[in-house]
Amino acid sequence: MHGDHHHDTLLTVHNLSVELGGREVLSNISFGIQSGEFLAILGPNGSGKSTLLKALLGILPSSGTVTWSERPLNISFLPEGLSPEKFRESPLTLKEFFREKTDSHEKILEAFSLVGLKEQDILDRNPGELSAGQFQRMLIAWSIIDKPDVLLFDEPTLGIDIGGEETIYTLLHKLWKGTGLTIILVTHEINVVFAYATHVLCIRREKLFSGEPKEILTPENLQELYGSAIRFHTPHA
Amino acid sequence: MPDMPLSQLSLSLVTAFFIGGIAGFLGSLMITRRMALVSGPLGHLALPGVALGLVYSFDIFWGALATIAIGSFFIWLLTLRGGRLPVEALTAVVFSSTVALGFLILPIEEAERALIGDITTVTPFDALLAIVLSIVLFIIIRRIYLRSVLLGISTELALSRGINARKYNFIFLVGIALVVAMEVKIVGILLTAALMAIPAAAASNFSRSMTQYRNLGLLFGGASAVMGVCIAEATGLAAGPLIILTGTVLFLASLLFAER
Repeated sequence: MHGDHHHDTLLTVHNLSVELGGREVLSNISFGIQSGEFLAILGPNGSGKSTLLKALLGILPSSGTVTWSERPLNISFLPEGLSPEKFRESPLTLKEFFREKTDSHEKILEAFSLVGLKEQDILDRNPGELSAGQFQRMLIAWSIIDKPDVLLFDEPTLGIDIGGEETIYTLLHKLWKGTGLTIILVTHEINVVFAYATHVLCIRREKLFSGEPKEILTPENLQELYGSAIRFHTPHA
Repeated sequence: MPDMPLSQLSLSLVTAFFIGGIAGFLGSLMITRRMALVSGPLGHLALPGVALGLVYSFDIFWGALATIAIGSFFIWLLTLRGGRLPVEALTAVVFSSTVALGFLILPIEEAERALIGDITTVTPFDALLAIVLSIVLFIIIRRIYLRSVLLGISTELALSRGINARKYNFIFLVGIALVVAMEVKIVGILLTAALMAIPAAAASNFSRSMTQYRNLGLLFGGASAVMGVCIAEATGLAAGPLIILTGTVLFLASLLFAER
């Protein structure tokens, strides 16, 4: 489990390029991540953020090197586009969905309580029947149930209200805080990056900037990242 | 269908139950993966092999399996060299050409047997093959079942879990091809898709979990095959279509229970 491995190098990426359908989607990206970081990957639509996550996982052909720490790592990934509708196409139950990770009822309920999913009688129901907020909490429970060292999260449903005062991001932050869990989050919500990320990597096919959000996310840099289309939102408290 | 001696009837019933059962079992996964129509073209690919088997008196199972394998290989080759044509267009080219070829070989008096099957001619070897192959497929598909469902929900999620999508899909397709080759004997090349889709579709309407779904698919597939054979025995009509129509009745009944 996490906790013991603060500040060792978790991941080193060197000259990573990805070509999809003859088009270079990512070009010569290099960066490193230390254990325990909360890294946000920021960039406009089509900048290659999702592609980068998949290349890190090795589920896309790429060139360059992606070197994870040599200690055994449990990496958990939530791709974009997991919707209740997808689950409603079959009678799969929550219990069956979690069987990929565990058979234990207790573990599932423990993960449910970690993410604030109070309903315990939903195990025999279809994930697609959950409310949008419950569904997001359930996915996070699924991704953390086997106590991962690294959590890769691709654009969790944006700004969705998952009930109470919480958002997906405050929940992730709560789960991350005080543990050695490393989170790599793809997002395009700048206020989220300011509020929660320890580091930020800005890409638009190529790496533009990286570092601590306060230092990196200057109006000039954001202008360069997003072009003239950028509109600044007042970060909510 | 003429009255069968009791021993022949029991052979037919056992064969029908196992083939129908495994077809319904696989069918539940095919519907979930949106592949319910795959077995139709595969059944058509079987025709030349079935025709050759009937002309040269060898087991049509092997003939069917051989031409399904050759036809699928051709489709795969064409996808590599077929330019911008989508797979279903290439499949259409290959399977309709194969059907045309099959009809050139098939003696017209054997047409019924090839098209809608003939359960009255199953041998003890057929029954044994159906039992062994169905059990082996049941065990293998059961192992890859939930992860295959996960692949259908999100390929990326499955890949990130180390699930080898190509391997799983290949095993699944080989399983479907084997079941289709077995089905040809009891429902003929025209009804292979029906035996995989209809009992499973009925099962879907009764199921509240994937486990129920696949078990009911197996049960409904086996039951409609057995009932079809019994009705054929009682009425003298052809068993193949009766097996499918029994499934259809089950499906219509399931609509009364459908929750969504």
